[in-house]
Amino acid sequence: MSNFPWLTVAGVVPLVGAIAIGLTPGQSAPGGPADRRARDLLVKRIALVFSVITLAITVAMAVQFKIGGPRFQFTQTYQWIPQFGVHYAVGVDGIALVLILMTTVLMPVVVLASWNDAEGAGNPVGSAPPRRSIKTYFILMLVLETMMIGVFAATDVFLFYVFFEAMLIPMYFMIGSYGVGQRQYAAVKFLLYSLLGGLLMLVAVIALYVYSTSGGRPGTFLFLPLTHLVLSATVQKWLFLGFFVAFAIKAPLWPFHTWLPDAATAAQPGAAVVLVGVLDKVGTFGMIRYCLDLFPSAAHYFTPLIIALSVIGVLYGAIVAIGQADLKRLVAYTSVSHMGLITLGIFAMTSQGQVGATLYMVNHGFATGALFLIAGFMISRRRSAQIADYGGVQKVAPVLAGLFLIAGLAGLALPGLSTFVSEFLVLVGTFTRYEAAAILATAGIILAAIYILWMYQRTMTGPVKPEVASMPDLKARELWAVGPLIALIIVLGVYPKPIIDVINPAVRATLVDAHSANPVPPHPVNNRFVVTGLSSATSSSTQNGSNP
Amino acid sequence: MTGSLAATLAPQATALTTLPATGAAHAAWLLLAFPGFGALVLLLGGKRTNKWGHWLGVAMSLAAFGYGVALFVQLLGLPASKRGLDLRVFTWIPAIGRFAVPLGIRIDQLSICFVLLITGVGSLIHIYAVGYMAADPDRRRFFGYLNLFIASMLLLVIADNYLALYAGWEGVGLASYLLIGFWFYNPAPPVAAKKAFIANRVGDVGLSLAIMLMFAQFGSVSFDGVFSQVHSARPGTITAIGLLLLLGACGKSAQLPLQSWLLDAMEGPTPVSALIHAATMVTAGVYLIVRSAPIFNLSPDARLVVAIVGAATLLFGAVIGCAKDDIKKALAGSTMSQIGYMMLAAGLGPVGYALAIAHLLAHGFFKAGLFLGAGAVKHEMNDEVDMRRFGGLASAMKITFVTFGFGYLAIIGIPPFSGFFTKDPIIDAAFAKGGTSGAILGTAALIGAGITAFYMTRVMLMTFTGKRRWDDHAHPHEAPPIMTSPMVILAIGSLGAGAFLMLANRLIDFLAPVVGTPPLSHGFFSLISIASLVLVIAGAAVAWLIYGRRDVPVTAPRGSLVTGAARKDLYGDALNESLLMRPGSWMTRLSVYFDNQGIDGLVRSVAAAMGGSSGRIRKVQTGFVRSYALSMLIGAVLVIGALLLVKL
Repeated sequence: MSNFPWLTVAGVVPLVGAIAIGLTPGQSAPGGPADRRARDLLVKRIALVFSVITLAITVAMAVQFKIGGPRFQFTQTYQWIPQFGVHYAVGVDGIALVLILMTTVLMPVVVLASWNDAEGAGNPVGSAPPRRSIKTYFILMLVLETMMIGVFAATDVFLFYVFFEAMLIPMYFMIGSYGVGQRQYAAVKFLLYSLLGGLLMLVAVIALYVYSTSGGRPGTFLFLPLTHLVLSATVQKWLFLGFFVAFAIKAPLWPFHTWLPDAATAAQPGAAVVLVGVLDKVGTFGMIRYCLDLFPSAAHYFTPLIIALSVIGVLYGAIVAIGQADLKRLVAYTSVSHMGLITLGIFAMTSQGQVGATLYMVNHGFATGALFLIAGFMISRRRSAQIADYGGVQKVAPVLAGLFLIAGLAGLALPGLSTFVSEFLVLVGTFTRYEAAAILATAGIILAAIYILWMYQRTMTGPVKPEVASMPDLKARELWAVGPLIALIIVLGVYPKPIIDVINPAVRATLVDAHSANPVPPHPVNNRFVVTGLSSATSSSTQNGSNP
Repeated sequence: MTGSLAATLAPQATALTTLPATGAAHAAWLLLAFPGFGALVLLLGGKRTNKWGHWLGVAMSLAAFGYGVALFVQLLGLPASKRGLDLRVFTWIPAIGRFAVPLGIRIDQLSICFVLLITGVGSLIHIYAVGYMAADPDRRRFFGYLNLFIASMLLLVIADNYLALYAGWEGVGLASYLLIGFWFYNPAPPVAAKKAFIANRVGDVGLSLAIMLMFAQFGSVSFDGVFSQVHSARPGTITAIGLLLLLGACGKSAQLPLQSWLLDAMEGPTPVSALIHAATMVTAGVYLIVRSAPIFNLSPDARLVVAIVGAATLLFGAVIGCAKDDIKKALAGSTMSQIGYMMLAAGLGPVGYALAIAHLLAHGFFKAGLFLGAGAVKHEMNDEVDMRRFGGLASAMKITFVTFGFGYLAIIGIPPFSGFFTKDPIIDAAFAKGGTSGAILGTAALIGAGITAFYMTRVMLMTFTGKRRWDDHAHPHEAPPIMTSPMVILAIGSLGAGAFLMLANRLIDFLAPVVGTPPLSHGFFSLISIASLVLVIAGAAVAWLIYGRRDVPVTAPRGSLVTGAARKDLYGDALNESLLMRPGSWMTRLSVYFDNQGIDGLVRSVAAAMGGSSGRIRKVQTGFVRSYALSMLIGAVLVIGALLLVKL
C-alpha cells in the first residue's frame, strides 16, 4: 500500500461526490413537494456519505504516516506543464497532514450541521431567500473540500497557487448566494481582498520560477528544490512580501482582517466554519510552509514587524469582540485574535512557538467550528443573531448551553481543553525570544475571559426571556454534528501527544530551513530534570524532540 | 545579611528532591480518578442520575479521602528525607525542544496536608450538602460540579510541575465559576461568577508569565528542575518570578488588589462558600507561595511584598467584616483577613511557611464550620442572610449555636481553641522579623486580631442572642442530622486542630524537609500573645457594648464615614469601575467604531490599490519578458470579472 496514491484519492472522492450530486434530478424534474423533499434528502445523504468516506481515507492514510520518516510522505510527482516546470506534485509533512485531517473531520460535521441551511429556513427574520438550489450548495461544499485537500497537499508552488485561488470561487457563491444580511457585499469584499493577495502571490510565484532558471538550469515550481534556491537579500524581501501579504489577508492578520467579520456574519454557520476553520488556516499554513522555508533571511528581516502586527491583532481582535452585539460577528473577531496568536507562534521562530501555532490551527478549527455551529443552532431557533435577543437559554436548553460553554471555554483556552496546550506553547515559545510581545499577548487571556463569559452570561443565564421560553434543546442530528468536535476538544486537551509527535519533526525541518534554533536558557537545569523528576530521567533521553 | 541567609537556606530547601513512587503512591492518580469519575457520570448522565447522583458524589469524595489517608500512613512509615514521592502518570505535552510536561504527581509532606484537608473537609461538606440542597431540583448537577472541584483542587496540590499545577489552578477557577453561578436563572449569580473568573484570570496572567520566565531561564517547569537551578539566576529575575507568582496568588486568594470578587462570590450556595471560598480554593495562593519556598527564600524583596500584601489584606478584610450585615459577607471579609494572616506568615520566609500552613489547616476547620452554621441559619430562615433580621436563634438552634460558637472561639483565638495556637505564632514571628518592617507587620497583625474579635462577636451576638427580629414566616428549628453532624465534626476540629498541629512542633517538624525549619519559638504565652489576648477581649467587649447590651436596629444606622466605606467594600468595586471597567468599555466602543468606520474606507482603498498596483505589476512583468506571465495575469483578471458579473 506504500505506493497507493492516498492524497489524490482523498482529493478526488469529494469531487466524485459532487459529480454524483450533479447527476441527481434537479428542481425542474417532475414531481410534487414530497418528491422534491426526497430529492433534497438524497443530495444531502450523498454529501454526507462522500465526506465520511474522505474522512475514512485520510484517517487510514494518517495511521501509516511514519514519524521520523522522510519529510514528505505519500508523495506523487507527475509533469503537468513541462515547458514551465509545472508538476502535479503532492505529499504531506506533519503540518500538512494534521491540517488535512482537520479539514476532513470538519466536513461531515459541517454537512450534518448545515442540513437545512441551504433552504434558508433558519435564517434571521427578514433575510433574503437563497438564490440557488440545495443541490448546488452541497456541490460547492464538496468541490471546496477537494480544493482544501489540494492546497495542503500540493508540493508544487504553482499547483498550490491554483488551489489557493480556486478555493475562492465556491466560497464566494456559498456566502453570496446562500448567506444572510448583506451577503453580496460580504462576498464581493471577500473576493476582492483575496484576489488582491492572490495577484501579489502570483507575481512572486512566477518570479520564483524565473529565478530558478538562473544559470541555465531548467526552471521548476517544485517546493523542495526551491528551498535550495539562492536569492539575493532584496529579491527575497520582495518575493516574501508577495507571498506574505496574500497569506496575511487570508489568515487574516491585523490590519487585513476587515473582510472576515462581514464574511463570517453573512455566511451560513456551516460555511462560516469552513471559512474560519479551514480557509483561514491556509494563510497561516502558507506562512510556515512557504514564507519561512523559501525566504528565510527575509522572514527574519520582517519578523519584528509581523510580531508587532500579531500582538496588535491578538489584543485588538479581543477588544473589538467584546463590543459585538451579533453572535457570529463576535466569534469572527475572536478568530482575529486567535489568528494573531498563531502568526505570533510561527514568527517567534522557536520549536514551541511553531508546534503550538500548528496545533492551534487544528484546535482552533474544532473549537471555533463548534462555537459557530452551536450559535447557528440557536439562531435557527430564535431566528435572530443578536445577543440581546437571548437570555436564560440554559434553563430551556441545558444540553445546548452546556456544549456552548465547553466550546466557549475552549475559546478562552481553559487548561484541559485542546486550545490551552497550543496557546501556552505559542506564548512560552514567544517568551523565550520576545518577552515583551509574549507579555502583551498573555494579557489577552483576560480579554478572552471577558468576551466569552459575557456572551455566555447574556445569552444563557438570567431569567428566561419569553421569546426563548419554547426553544427546543439540541436534536439528535445536531448532537451528532457537534458532539464529535466537543469530544475532540477535550481529548486533545488531555492527550495532545499523537498530534504533537506528528508536527514536531516537520517544525524541526522548517526551523532548519529558516536558519533558526531555540534560544538556550541562561541557567539550564541538569538534563534529568528536563522531563520532570527522577522517575522519568531515563525517558528524557529517548524523547525525539530535543532541539537545542 | 540577606546573602548569607540565602546561602544557608538554599541547599537546605533543595535538599529534598523526589524519589520514584512506591507502595500506595503507585496509584496516586486514583486521587484524581475518583472525583473525576463522579463529575463525569453526574454531568453526562443527566436526569437519569438524579435519584442517586448526590450519593455517588459523596462516595467519590470519601473514596479520595480514604486513599489520601492511606498515602499519609505510607509517608509516615518512611524516613523524613524520603517522603517526597514522584509519579509520572502520562505524557501530557511531549518534548518540544526542552519543553516537556508530564502529568506528574508529587506526594510529599506539603501536598499530603492539602490532600487530607481537601478530601476531609470536602467530604463533610458533600454530606452536609445532601441535606442543604435536598429541595433543589438541580442537586445532581451541584454534586457534579463539587466533584469537579475536588478533582481540580487535588490536581493543583499534587502536581509535580507548574504547568500541571496551572491546569488545576484554572480548573478550580472553572468549578468556582460554575458553583457561584449555580442558580444561573437569577440575575445576580451569573454576574458574580463572571467577575470571579475574570479577577482570577488577571492573577492567572501572573502565574502563566512566571511559568514562562522559569522556562526561559531554566529550561524546565518542574518543581525539582526549577528549584535545583533557581540559585544561579540573577536576583532581579528571582524577584520577578516571585512577584509574578504573588500576582497569581492574589487573584486566587482574594488578596489586595484582586480581592473584590470574593464578597460577590457569596451568591453561590452556602456549601460552596464553605468549601471553595473559605476552606480550600482561596487558600491555593498560600500553597503556591509555600510550594515555591526555594524561590522566595532567595528573594527577600519578593518575600517582603508578600508580607505587605498579607498584612494589608488582613486589615482590609477585617474592616469590611465589621460593617457587613449579610452574615455570609461578614464571614467572607473574615476569610480575606485570615488568608492575609497566612500570606503574612508565608512572606516571613522559612520562619513562617509552616505557620502559614498550620493556620491554613486550622482555618479550614473553623471557617468551614462557621459557614456551615451560617448556612443552617439561612436554611431555616427562608434564605434570609441579613443579621439585622436574626437575633435570639441560640435557643431555637442549639447545635448550630454551639458549633458556631466553637468556630467563633477558634477564629478569635481564645485558648485552647485552634486560632490561639496558629494565629498568635504568626503575630509573634512578624515582630521577631525585627526592624521597622517587622514592627509594622506585627502591629498590623496584632490590631487585626482585635478587629477580628470585634466583628466575630458582632456576628455571634446579632445572630444568636438578643431579641428575635425575624418575621412570623420563619419557624427556625434545628437542621437535620445530615447537616448538623458535619458541623459537629468541624467544631471538634475547631477546638483541637490547632493544639494538635502546633504542640510538640508536630506540623513544623513534619513539614521541615520541604519548607525548612523555623527557629524555636518562645512558647505560646509570650508577651505578644498576652497583648493579643488583651486586644481580643477588648474587641469583643466593644462589640458587646454596641450589639449585646443594646437592641440591634432592624434597619442599619447611617454610621460613620468609615462604616459607610466598609459597607462599600472599602471602595474596591468603585476603584475597579473607574480605573478599569469604564476606560475599558470606552476603549471597546472606540475600537468597534474604528473597525466599523474603517471598513468602507478600506474597501475603497483596496479597490483603488487594485487598479493601481496591477499596472505596476505589469511593468515588473515586462521586465522579465515572459509573455505567459502576462497571460496568466489577464486570465486571473478575467476570472475576477466573470465572478463579479455572475449574479449572486
